[in-house]
Amino acid sequence: MTTLRETIPDSIEIPRPNPISRLLTAVLGVFDYVFEPLEKRFGFQRMAYIFLLPNMLIFGIFILLPMLLNFYYGFTAGDSILLGNRRFIGTDNIAKLLDCASIFDPSTCNQDRFWRGVGNTGLFVVTEVALIVVFGLITALALNRKIFGRGFFRSVFFYPVLLSPVVVALIWKWLLQQDGLLNAIIIGAGGTRVPFLLDGGWAQFWVIVIGAWAQMGFFTLILLAGLQSIPPDLYEAGQIDGTNPLTSFRFITLPLLMPTMFVVLVLSVIRAVQIFDHVYVLTNGGPGSATLYIVQYIYTTAFQNRNYGLAAAASLLLALVLMILTVFQLRLGRRVDAA
Amino acid sequence: MAQPVSSKTYSRPYAEQPRGVLAFLTRLQGGTRFTTTDIFTYLYLIVGTFVMFAPVLWLVLSSFKSERGLVEFPPTLLPYWQQTVEVEGYDQPLELYDVTLEDGTVKRLAQVARVGIMARLIDPANPEAEPVQVNINQRQAVRYVNFSLQNYQEAIQKFPFLTYLGNSVVVTVAATVVTLLINSMAAFGLSKYQFRGRDTIFLIILSTLMVPVSVILIPAFLVINEVGWVNNLMGVIIPGAATPTGVFLLRQYMLTIPDELLESARIDGATEWRIYWQIVLPLAAPALAVLAIFSVMWRWNDFLWPLIVLSRTELFTLQVGLNAFQGDLNVQWHYILPMTVLTLLPITVVFAFLQRYITTGIATTGLK
Repeated sequence: MTTLRETIPDSIEIPRPNPISRLLTAVLGVFDYVFEPLEKRFGFQRMAYIFLLPNMLIFGIFILLPMLLNFYYGFTAGDSILLGNRRFIGTDNIAKLLDCASIFDPSTCNQDRFWRGVGNTGLFVVTEVALIVVFGLITALALNRKIFGRGFFRSVFFYPVLLSPVVVALIWKWLLQQDGLLNAIIIGAGGTRVPFLLDGGWAQFWVIVIGAWAQMGFFTLILLAGLQSIPPDLYEAGQIDGTNPLTSFRFITLPLLMPTMFVVLVLSVIRAVQIFDHVYVLTNGGPGSATLYIVQYIYTTAFQNRNYGLAAAASLLLALVLMILTVFQLRLGRRVDAA
Repeated sequence: MAQPVSSKTYSRPYAEQPRGVLAFLTRLQGGTRFTTTDIFTYLYLIVGTFVMFAPVLWLVLSSFKSERGLVEFPPTLLPYWQQTVEVEGYDQPLELYDVTLEDGTVKRLAQVARVGIMARLIDPANPEAEPVQVNINQRQAVRYVNFSLQNYQEAIQKFPFLTYLGNSVVVTVAATVVTLLINSMAAFGLSKYQFRGRDTIFLIILSTLMVPVSVILIPAFLVINEVGWVNNLMGVIIPGAATPTGVFLLRQYMLTIPDELLESARIDGATEWRIYWQIVLPLAAPALAVLAIFSVMWRWNDFLWPLIVLSRTELFTLQVGLNAFQGDLNVQWHYILPMTVLTLLPITVVFAFLQRYITTGIATTGLK
């Protein structure tokens, strides 16, 4: 051990062991007895495979294999989840999902709930992402100023990000219920009670607002990091050329923030497409199918109606959309980088 | 180390700077006075603080209210509890009311019974006297502000809250330990060795960064079923442990550790495992800390996957358990609210202590 320490260059500082790391060291040291014979046998270069093995095993079995199996499910039918009990039906599931008399009216579709889910998800993605980008940017700009209590405000805006979707849903359910605080305020101000969660339009509105409320802080942080990476000399140079706050925002901040904005846009879209948790708890897709989103369609079709084939076909379509979004991100990201 | 002094501060002699708290508050934009933009900034931040915090605060305040206080409309801001009094000859404590009697006097009486809109009350000081019959609108409950823990105690006793909590803790801790171990091992293998297929493996891992669990729900459930992990905490812990984000984050960090360090250790006869856990792991501590924080957050808040894997009540995690209770037709808010507060408490405490690490971690890695 001592020889080992002496060989380390001075510029690198090895953290001083604390009780936890000493315990960890003792536990991890036991693995020496497992790994040493392996190394003697295979040579040290091949140890790479052994280091990769546990991760690759879990990754392969629980992520890679299911990705491939999803295709199998998508092209088979039957109410058993076991592969052997399913019969091959080709593209029937996908055809069933896409079977519509009119593409503009979900009720004419064979799987009208699927298309309602798609429509709702589309609306959700556009509005929630717009809210996140607009308010996230305003908040980041405010937090980027030299203000009193900056750390405090930054934490406040970030705090909801940490809350679990179930907790978020319950916090708002309590506020929005028929006899909740919000209705009390409305009635106190002379209004009439609003059925926030029982009316389709209102439920959609709140699901979107709550989604943005819970997610915004995360994207604010990314935007703030982007703002802080803009060199301050540019603003000083701008001042010499006679910029006012508005023009310096338009011609310095906005163009230089574009790559960050782009990351925010893509990440928030990818996340919004998969909306499920807080909606499931808050409205369970209701009232009717007003807040039924695509992941919930997959979940109920598979695990409540046991139509695994149809659900898998729907997840294939979802995966396709996500893939297109990712490719789109890489393409556009490169262009933004080049600019 | 001395902080570099900006030219702006330097050019203005110290004596001319305004001092004191007010000066500190108004020291803005390098200037000395509030501008309109500053006023709007503070206005926005204060309104924003209210919007972000008020819903949570309302939940916490409400969780202390009595069952009756919770259904009151319009609701009170603070948790009020009915004042009760022990009266000889009655098993239960009686509720106290201020009663407006027919002669206009107000007297503090204890309610014995209520039938329809009429209430029968007695004087707690003189329980033998004839009870008074009044309309319920003529009596006003005597209440006091009380941050009572009664809801909390009852929720913990009547619901398997502690079981859920235990499950959540087991899942979070075990999953985080496994995640850190196997991800760092894989990252070590990918960053410090030359071997065939290395870049391919890394690319495959990277490409699944964007594959969410919602896309592979059904086949992943089949795999869990085949392994026999349905209704087993292992089914929640293991599948998510091989996170592409974790491998990516740690690999990028380990690439910055000089290879010469490893070489000299090898010359000194250190085994590869020893190099991993005694040189690379300690040096990668900052990245490991970031991943640990994220892993705890992911696992504690995880919902969809445990919802599918666990169907036996005694195995529920907090999130799944909370959802199960709030789904009842007759929502028992006086139990749901304290349990929700208890669920958000650990994350809030972690955040309070580690907020600097969490926020900088996100800002630098861009992951959540």
